[in-house]
Amino acid sequence: MLKIENITKTYNNGDVKTVALDGVSFEIEHGEFVSIMGPSGSGKSTLMHILGALDVPTSGKYVLNGKNVEAMSDDELADIRNKEIGFVFQAYNLLARTSALKNVALPMVYAGLSKKERVERAKEVLEAVGLKDKINNMPNQLSGGQKQRVAIARSLSMKPSIILADEPTGNLPTSQTHEIMDIFSKLNNEGHTIIIITHEEAVASRTKRVITLVDGKIQKDEEKK
Amino acid sequence: MKLIEIFEESVIVLKTNKLRTALSMLGIIIGIGSVISLMSLGAASQQSVKERIQSLGSNLLTIRPGSNQQGFLRGGSSVTTLTNEDAEAIKTSKRFTTIDKVAAVYSAQTQVVFEGNNTNVSILGITSDYFDLNNIEIEYGFPITDDDLELQNKVAVLGTDVIEDLFENKNPIGSNVRINGTAFKVIGIIKSKGFGTDGNIFIPLSTAQKSLFGVSHVSSIYVSAKEESLMNAAENQLGFFLLERHGFEKPEDADFTISSQSDILETANEITQTFTTLLTGIAAISLVVGGIGIMNIMLVTVTERTREIGIRKALGAKRKAIITQFLIEAIVLTITGGLIGVMLGVGVSYLLTKVMSMSFVISVNAIGLAFGVSALIGILFGWYPAQKAARLQPIEALRYE
Repeated sequence: MLKIENITKTYNNGDVKTVALDGVSFEIEHGEFVSIMGPSGSGKSTLMHILGALDVPTSGKYVLNGKNVEAMSDDELADIRNKEIGFVFQAYNLLARTSALKNVALPMVYAGLSKKERVERAKEVLEAVGLKDKINNMPNQLSGGQKQRVAIARSLSMKPSIILADEPTGNLPTSQTHEIMDIFSKLNNEGHTIIIITHEEAVASRTKRVITLVDGKIQKDEEKK
Repeated sequence: MKLIEIFEESVIVLKTNKLRTALSMLGIIIGIGSVISLMSLGAASQQSVKERIQSLGSNLLTIRPGSNQQGFLRGGSSVTTLTNEDAEAIKTSKRFTTIDKVAAVYSAQTQVVFEGNNTNVSILGITSDYFDLNNIEIEYGFPITDDDLELQNKVAVLGTDVIEDLFENKNPIGSNVRINGTAFKVIGIIKSKGFGTDGNIFIPLSTAQKSLFGVSHVSSIYVSAKEESLMNAAENQLGFFLLERHGFEKPEDADFTISSQSDILETANEITQTFTTLLTGIAAISLVVGGIGIMNIMLVTVTERTREIGIRKALGAKRKAIITQFLIEAIVLTITGGLIGVMLGVGVSYLLTKVMSMSFVISVNAIGLAFGVSALIGILFGWYPAQKAARLQPIEALRYE
């Protein structure tokens, strides 16, 4: 379903050339629960940007559901981000002064869904993450864990083929980390494909496959039973 | 994303930052407000000039000595080519089918004395139809009659300003005023028009010419057409009649000039128009300044909301959706500002016209124009910030703190 082949990414900062990714290849099948691990500077954030169609690789191939992503225009990438990928960020990235319901509905606004459909589906996914009674709350009225659950609900709203989470528990205390990982596990059991970028062992241990990145290269790619 | 939803979103954003919204609109409000009020004032003064000129008589043709081509140097009172005989000839000729009344006038500035008071006024030597022709009514006493003209009576009809100056508002009828040393009996007072004729003294033309000033020519001849629609025909008939009488063949040689109220009206309109345009131009500059203010605020907004733009882009907002959102925000700002500006402008011009006792004219064109201009300013000055927002890279925008 998702396949990257020999992906490289180089940044040019004046005269200094930084290689962030150096020939990364792997395949992820539908329904997998993968974590990408690595110390800071290993290139995992760059990889996440490329997988999330937020950035394009310098060279290499990226095929998502049979579509070549590496050669797409800005607007085509926007479409991929809207329909194929659900994002969960470390800093939640919810719109301030905007209710949970409206935040969750935002990707559907850009997809052009009707208001009725948007509200219906937003309520549905908010209920799935256990926030049925908080739909009208503003982000500043929610705890960190609750905010992240709103963000997960938002990532689900367009029924994407992958949920891509970048350090989703990075800003959360341990108790809420479990709460969030429980939701991801539940979603994976329901058939969602989930990729989590993390540097926490505790998070990676909850996933079924761990890809370890060091200096822009894959060091380990192990599947657990 | 539908337009109406982007619009709703913009209104919410603008509402949450009330003070900033109000301040950025201020430039547009003042700009549109001053354009509207100046245009309305221009229209109002045009209207009142028109009313005043029409109150002088709308069917009136004026014949003056001297030709257009000769300009001011040989025009005016120093030219003696027009006489009372011309006026009489026009009056008695059977050739005219278009004209109603004829009056001849000799005017000169001179000293007038009553008891201890003296003043310098325009003395108008007139024939009997003059008052009718110029819509001048007699408030007290009697007008100047054909008998007065025939007998060269030394009688005078006064304008209200003269009474104020000479008689200190006492009833002047029956008193004698000395004009150029000659005593004249006051027989009437004209009704005030608020301008022009109020400062004049009217005496019989024959008396003015023979007893006072020793001249035989007149300063002007007034002719009224039977109807307003006959003005052009009357002007032509008069022109050819006088050419023939004065022995000229070509109209270019004429030693007289005929002008109608519409000519005067046109000139007056041109003058007020020029002033209105000038003032509106100055007001338009403040509109441009207002537009730059909007651009400034929008640029600040884009920087402030970089992260929000990043989130929107990460969630699938295309370039067009971002541009539209920011553009609509700018347009909502300018149009709302424009609307308030229109109300302000209408209010101000209403008050000003009331204070200056002019008729209040609302220029619908000006309002339409103001809306068009404010929307245009929104698009023009909102475009650059909107472009800037849309061009942000989502990763960069998301990293922005």
